[in-house]
Amino acid sequence: MDEVKCAIETVDLCKKYRSKTVVDKLNLSVQQGEIFALLGENGAGKTTTIKMLSCLLPPTSGDAKIMGHSILGNVTEIKQLMNVSPQETAIAPNLTAKENLELIAEIYGSTKVEARKKADQMLTLFGVSSQANDRAKTFSGGMQRRLSIAMALITDPKILFLDEPTLGLDVLARRELWHVIEKLKDNVTIILTTHYLEEVEALSNRVAILAKGKLKAIGTVEELMKKTNTKTFEDAFVALASESEVTK
Amino acid sequence: MKALAFASRNSKEILRDPLNLAFGLGFPLALLFLLSAIQSNIPVSLFDLKNLTPGLAVFGLSFISLFSGTLIAKDKGASFLMRLFASPLSAFDFIAGYTLPLLPMAIAQSVITFIVAFFLGLSININILLALVVLIPSAILFIAIGLLAGSILNDKQVGGICGALLTNLCAWLSGTWFDLNLVGGTFKTVAEALPFVHAVNATKAAVAGNYASIMPELYWVIIYALVVFVLATIAFKSKMRNEEN
Repeated sequence: MDEVKCAIETVDLCKKYRSKTVVDKLNLSVQQGEIFALLGENGAGKTTTIKMLSCLLPPTSGDAKIMGHSILGNVTEIKQLMNVSPQETAIAPNLTAKENLELIAEIYGSTKVEARKKADQMLTLFGVSSQANDRAKTFSGGMQRRLSIAMALITDPKILFLDEPTLGLDVLARRELWHVIEKLKDNVTIILTTHYLEEVEALSNRVAILAKGKLKAIGTVEELMKKTNTKTFEDAFVALASESEVTK
Repeated sequence: MKALAFASRNSKEILRDPLNLAFGLGFPLALLFLLSAIQSNIPVSLFDLKNLTPGLAVFGLSFISLFSGTLIAKDKGASFLMRLFASPLSAFDFIAGYTLPLLPMAIAQSVITFIVAFFLGLSININILLALVVLIPSAILFIAIGLLAGSILNDKQVGGICGALLTNLCAWLSGTWFDLNLVGGTFKTVAEALPFVHAVNATKAAVAGNYASIMPELYWVIIYALVVFVLATIAFKSKMRNEEN
């Protein structure tokens, strides 16, 4: 893969807690502008991988390069380049939607005037302008999740980690969020973890399947279905998640 | 700039929670009214305002630990802290951001306590300003206790430790309600090994104009504040380095 277009590259990335290996020698690369899905059962190592890549957890061994910067040394540069929308909605409940957005913009270095302008743009993009001055705790689950993602995007990140962005949302709210994520395609590199396979089929360019911390397979949805000779992606996922060797 | 933006958010979170205002201001002031009313109906000097107000000012500050601890623990529990840990905020930005808004709140709380005491009969003079300055190390101590508790406990545990245990320790072991000499023994020894009674004594000395008595008492508070603040910073940095939740 072309070095310049590589947004993320992991080399033997490992995380161990005492004797338990949570992520085991992960080697993968993600191109700029891709929506890259990390799939796996609970405890497969998806969230731990995201935490290591977003400099929240130090790896036990191995390394990862984010836009060319090592997570072992260039943490400050990496944090400025990326943003995270955590698994649970991560908003300040007593702040308004606009205040939440301005807070994140200022934390990433925007002046008050710039933060205000960016917040207005995000409120419009995410269709929450009419509730800009309402406190975030009064929002529905779907609205809170949209605000949470808007807070991750207001810093104009090169890489965005979306950890189960539609978990617990109803069908309509999920479809609305898909629409938002699709609009970001090609402009932002997105690492998406989810349990919803239809979400992966609808949004992702490529998929990596993890099981017990190991990379089991990597490729497009079609490639993975073809490799496993299955008719549905769910069947492909089940077949690959139970395989013992990596399929590339 | 980043720390100030974060501090501004923390101010809003605390001030917009009506329970914080009710506990932080309402409870100590209600006690001030109640005990003053009792004092006006008994012949002995049990709750003299000169002694009671410093005690309640320190007691009121113990709620600051609850505010800061709960805020940090809730941020942690709701993944908000994970978002912030992934941001370019440094450990200094976090500590400053959680501490800065609480200091003016603590001072304001003490000022209001003395103003109310004035309306109840406490004479106001320059010594009250000195007492407010003397209360600052106590405010920092309680903020640090909150930082420490919030870094290592969840919000329910913070409620129990800071909201119940700490406020009770502060109330009973500070000599506010009764002279510790009346109990004596181990109770008095334990109370004097903790900073609360020294915080109250230093403030009482300031109010009474016994300037020479202030620093020997205040050293206890300053040393406790420094130690707890260092421990809180270590605990918070450890949490930042190893975000495992």
